[in-house]
Amino acid sequence: MTDLLTLSGVHTHIGRYHILQGIDLAVPEGQVTMLLGRNGAGKTTTLRTIIGLWQASKGEISLGGTRIESLATPDIARLGVGYVPESMAVFSDLTVKENLVLAARDGPLDDTQLDWIFGFFPALRRFWLSRAGSLSGGQKQMLSIARAIIEPRKLLLIDEPTKGLAPAIVMALIECLKEIKRKGATILLVEQNFFAARELGDSVLVMDNGTIVHRGEMAALAADVPLQERLLGLSLETHQ
Amino acid sequence: MMILSGDPPKSRVLTLVLVLIILALAATPFLFPGAKALNVAAKICVFAALVASYDLLLGYTGTVSFAHTMFYGIGSYAIAIALYGMGPNWAAVATGIVTGLPLAALLALAIGLFSLRVAAIFFAMITLAVASAFQVLASQLSWLTGGEDGRSFRLPELLRPGTVLIPKDMFGVEINGRILTYYLVFAGSALMILALLRVVNSPFGRVLQAIRENRFRAEALGFRTVFHLTYANCIAALVAASAGILNALWLRYAGPDTSLSFSIMLDILLMVVIGGMGTIYGAVIGATIFIVAQNYLQSLMGVASKAADEAGLPLLPGLLHPDRWLLWLGLLFIASVYFFPTGVVGRLRYGGGKKTAGPSH
Repeated sequence: MTDLLTLSGVHTHIGRYHILQGIDLAVPEGQVTMLLGRNGAGKTTTLRTIIGLWQASKGEISLGGTRIESLATPDIARLGVGYVPESMAVFSDLTVKENLVLAARDGPLDDTQLDWIFGFFPALRRFWLSRAGSLSGGQKQMLSIARAIIEPRKLLLIDEPTKGLAPAIVMALIECLKEIKRKGATILLVEQNFFAARELGDSVLVMDNGTIVHRGEMAALAADVPLQERLLGLSLETHQ
Repeated sequence: MMILSGDPPKSRVLTLVLVLIILALAATPFLFPGAKALNVAAKICVFAALVASYDLLLGYTGTVSFAHTMFYGIGSYAIAIALYGMGPNWAAVATGIVTGLPLAALLALAIGLFSLRVAAIFFAMITLAVASAFQVLASQLSWLTGGEDGRSFRLPELLRPGTVLIPKDMFGVEINGRILTYYLVFAGSALMILALLRVVNSPFGRVLQAIRENRFRAEALGFRTVFHLTYANCIAALVAASAGILNALWLRYAGPDTSLSFSIMLDILLMVVIGGMGTIYGAVIGATIFIVAQNYLQSLMGVASKAADEAGLPLLPGLLHPDRWLLWLGLLFIASVYFFPTGVVGRLRYGGGKKTAGPSH
């Protein structure tokens, strides 16, 4: 299986802080790669560096063979990278429809894709003309993911989609992400919810102090409790 | 609805107030005779367009610019210099327009491309510096601009007060070149406001709103935000320069105090805040309230002070003395910002709370 995204020796500085300290990782095409780690390990910075919101100070980032570490964020997005930031990142003053039209960028909304999204997130159809700011937390997260998948993307970077959501909404999100995965999408997913990680992940990368400290199969990590405790400081079974 | 670009006022009271203002402005020459009323009405028209163009920047992109009066001044001076130099003819008017508008747009493009990449506060400082430099330049180049005295000029014959188009016996009011100029100002301002409504309700306008809310998030969707902000800056500059052209045509004069003064910038800021940011309609309301208060508060207070004096009330005659009109104007603005934090239009459209059009869970 070919790697769609590779990072080699990537360093990122934010102000005087040296956050990413030589990241090497590969995201295989058509797979869901989980990025796990303690708070402050550098997971969000990794995603933000890939999409160009933080400039890598050193190292190479390659997307499908194209070097992207020096490109601006809009250019990286236009290469087919969808980014779902944490904290229900919608445009509150715009309606649900306008949020999705904005994400479609260069053309009208694809009705088939829209129906497919409404299948998972019926609330979006119900509140189609409502302001996104008036949606509940779960609905905002649905909209945020819908915005990333309204157009076909080569790679999806998703940052803690289940954070702060009710269990029923988490289940709907997992089902949606599974469906996206079945359609062959390549996803790099930061997730703290182990149930979601185990359900979705093919491979796993564990970060600590700005470096990758473990890489392997998600199923293997899920089965190895001592390894979880060593890498993450806790057993994932107790962290659901 | 097409004329409003699918963005109606969304409040009966607001619709009524806007209709009343527009009807009053349209009928000013017939309803309110006298030069002062016509001057106030023309100023409301010009400022409504000018403030609406500033709303495109501040309300729709969240960009604070202090260079807006500079663009307004470029329009004013372009037409004044052309009519002064070439004489009162239509070729001079056309020359002023084709010189002033591109100059304003080019300057806005340069400021945008060089400055909109930096943080908002630095952009504000850069625009302040450029506007100050331009003001000094206009004052120093006295051979061209007339310096501190500005430039007075004559209008083409059709627009002169002495040109009678329709005699008094037809409508009860003589339709002369002055009234024709007023309707030129009225129609020009209305067209600019409608064009701005079209801009903010287009896909481009949605991107601007997305940028205002979160620039990084808009970039992550693939939008080159610097270009969008620069286009918005250019559109706002073009409208401001056009408003400057209309103002100069109305006043038959362009000078530092009427076109470039920093106090005009403060007035614009106050009008956009009073009317309601990010609404375009707020510009019409804000300009009307501000300019009417600026022109009639003093005489209104004189009447009130005299009445209080005649009634033998203590303190009030002194407090309401016409000389204290600026104090009351200031209090009026503090009260309006306190009671209408989202501006008059925001209050009328969404009530006292946040903008919520859908469910709240």
